[in-house]
Amino acid sequence: MKLFNIRGGIHPDYRKGQTSEKAIVAMPLPALLYIPLQQHIGAPAEALVAEGDLVRKGQMIARGQGTISAPQHAPTSGRVVAVAEIASPHPSGLPQKTIIIEPDGKDEWADLPEPIADPFALDAQAIGERVAASGIVGMGGAAFPSAVKLNLGTQKKLDTLLLNGAECEPYLTCDDRLMREHADEIVDGARIMAHALGTPRIVIAIEDNKPQAIEIMRKAASPFANVTVAGVPVQYPMGSERHLVQAITGLETPARKLTADLGVVVHNVATARAVHHAVRFGRPLIARVVTVSGGAISEPKNVETPIGTRISDLVEFCGGFAVRPERLINGGPMMGQPLPSLDVPMIKGTSGILALTAEETNDNPASPCIRCGTCVTICPCGLIPVEMAAFIRKDKLEEAAKLGVMDCVSCGSCSWVCPSHIPLVHYFNYAKGMLNAKDRELRKNDRVKSLVEARTIRLEKAAEAKKAALAAKKPAAPAAEAAPTPPTSEEKATA
Amino acid sequence: MTTTVSGPFTHAANNVQKTMFTVLLAMTPATVFNLYLFGWPAIMLFTVTVGSCVLIEAGCLALVNKPVIPTLGDYSAVLTGWLLALSLPPWAPWWIGVIGAVFAIAMAKHSFGGLGQNVFNPAMVGRTVLLISFPVAMTAWVVPHPLFSAGAPGFADALAITFGGQIPDAMTSASVLGHIKTELSRHIPVTQSLEGIPALWDMALGYRAGSMGETSAILILAGGLFMMARRVISWHIPLSVMAGLFAISAIFNVIDPARFAPAAVHLFSGATFLGAFFIATDYVTSPVSKKGQLIFGIGCGLLIWLIRTFAGYPEGVAFAVLLMNGLTPIIDRYTRPRVFGRDRKGEPLPLGKEKS
Repeated sequence: MKLFNIRGGIHPDYRKGQTSEKAIVAMPLPALLYIPLQQHIGAPAEALVAEGDLVRKGQMIARGQGTISAPQHAPTSGRVVAVAEIASPHPSGLPQKTIIIEPDGKDEWADLPEPIADPFALDAQAIGERVAASGIVGMGGAAFPSAVKLNLGTQKKLDTLLLNGAECEPYLTCDDRLMREHADEIVDGARIMAHALGTPRIVIAIEDNKPQAIEIMRKAASPFANVTVAGVPVQYPMGSERHLVQAITGLETPARKLTADLGVVVHNVATARAVHHAVRFGRPLIARVVTVSGGAISEPKNVETPIGTRISDLVEFCGGFAVRPERLINGGPMMGQPLPSLDVPMIKGTSGILALTAEETNDNPASPCIRCGTCVTICPCGLIPVEMAAFIRKDKLEEAAKLGVMDCVSCGSCSWVCPSHIPLVHYFNYAKGMLNAKDRELRKNDRVKSLVEARTIRLEKAAEAKKAALAAKKPAAPAAEAAPTPPTSEEKATA
Repeated sequence: MTTTVSGPFTHAANNVQKTMFTVLLAMTPATVFNLYLFGWPAIMLFTVTVGSCVLIEAGCLALVNKPVIPTLGDYSAVLTGWLLALSLPPWAPWWIGVIGAVFAIAMAKHSFGGLGQNVFNPAMVGRTVLLISFPVAMTAWVVPHPLFSAGAPGFADALAITFGGQIPDAMTSASVLGHIKTELSRHIPVTQSLEGIPALWDMALGYRAGSMGETSAILILAGGLFMMARRVISWHIPLSVMAGLFAISAIFNVIDPARFAPAAVHLFSGATFLGAFFIATDYVTSPVSKKGQLIFGIGCGLLIWLIRTFAGYPEGVAFAVLLMNGLTPIIDRYTRPRVFGRDRKGEPLPLGKEKS
């Protein structure tokens, strides 16, 4: 298969060997499970259970609210101990509403939706509904509700489902293991998704540092003419959606557009497997494979973990810490987030839990920039980190925006390579946050202004109508009662 | 635990100190060879120059309340001093090194804000100030007198040369470029004056008169290749400097060999190699993008030739690099890469445009 070059990129020390040859093991049920209502991008789910309720495995315990949302399901049977505010696995560690379940050890399944024997006879909507009802979100880490992405076929002309098995983050091997051990399920899930999307072609992209996965996936895909497995070069951030699309199709997604505008939809391999389970067996997303690794972990493993397992339980299952970790990370070391503590649950988007030693993080205080230009050479987005950071340091955010800071994907390549150890991504994330807030404020002001103007016009019109009616009333009988229009809810809100 | 909130939480093994150290390591063979070639006076001047740069750096850091010892540990002052020393006539008096260090470190570097902030290459600012202010001392070249060879100055003689300012007249010699220039001014064509210069092979090896560190093209090339192998520099600047100089000198040499020196003489004489590999490649004062670096390098090459050929001084590497340093911000501005998903103007790409 012809591949295309992507710009820049780095070759970090991948350190996947700690777990790449370790088969997936199932995590025994912990004493308590913590299911946050928001594990995805979009609106949080709404709890359907209360303290004391008995739930069974796979039962929906919170339902999605609105179009971009996802429901939550009980990972096992047991009793709801509480629905309470618990620290979430977000760097802030802020509490969010969480359903706490005490497993009863029976692991009894609820009445699941009927398995669909022939999904290819169904229309896209039915598959989308099943995926939505199963609480499936993007399992590569972004956790965007998958059903929303599966419905793209109704709005856009699509030709390719690109299954992302690149797994370009160092340490992580959960997708690698999944592809090696459950290749058929992934391929089946991908075919169901392609059917829903209406894409004739499926490409499964896997970085060349996973030769066994490539071989096994090729074998699993061989019966299907429309499924291709592509080995892609080992080049971080190959797994970035837009870059992977460019590597496979040669198409460059325009700024502010989606890859779907080019006819390509990208899903993670683990998501495909979850779709397979949801459609073929009616099983919702209640567990996922997590790579627990890093130099500070005693026994690094790939663990099939019930959603809601606390990180501390997971770490304990992996033998606890061998040495005191310098960093605890949720996800990969390049784009993952720091864990606020061990007392937070793992969620649907948790691909890895890493405990890194000081030697592994190689963190150093920042020194002055020597303008070596390496960040410019390796930026996969064609940005100039050195200049953007200089502007942001002086708080000239508009200047940084002109240079394209909003197009930064925070892949971390520049920070990784910087000889002065300048936390460039941190600067850019700060700028993006501030610029987004400013933009929201601006749009809010515009909205308020246009509402006020509309109200003035409406009131004037009403007054005129009243006057006209009054004038008409004098010579003749009251013809029309010109009542002022009642204020709309928006008006009330702004008043 | 450290407090940075954004990733990445792993880092390449490189740092500023290692980078600078690699450059120093790369300069060592050429430096050691030239110190051997020019003997004790060169060793003394080298020590004085590097020492002054480090002391002045320490003073400047203390003056602006920056940490002194950790910052000295980045080796940048050592590197500047080293480069400055390499660009001086090997038997120049001690105060040449000290004054050069003042201008390089205090004026060119710290008055702009220290490491990473200077517009102009500090070592070249030091050398240029010296050349303009003390043209006699700065053009007193000597033919190589290898250490312990017959006629080489001993330790005591060296003290007299470096600290007494007495270069025996019999030992001075013109540099190749100086020789050609002087002869031209006496209306002796290049074709004829070339007969008086060392063989090209001797020039490439380094057995010729010249600055303390510039004479051995081969050892400098070896250092440059070492830096490339260690990925401290890329080929862009060195190759474009050489290519620019070679192209223009070759063209004019074909047009009028009596007036214009051959390309090979330009490449192997003066500070061409030292400039291309160690001076023009200075991170701080050269463009950040590869495209910008090519423009910068070609500009340096052309300017070196222009200055050598038409200006008052026989050598032009320092001037050429400084002029291009001044253009670096503009080059950077016009050689920004294209942002992913956008055209050169920064507008989103139209849908359906293919890019490989």
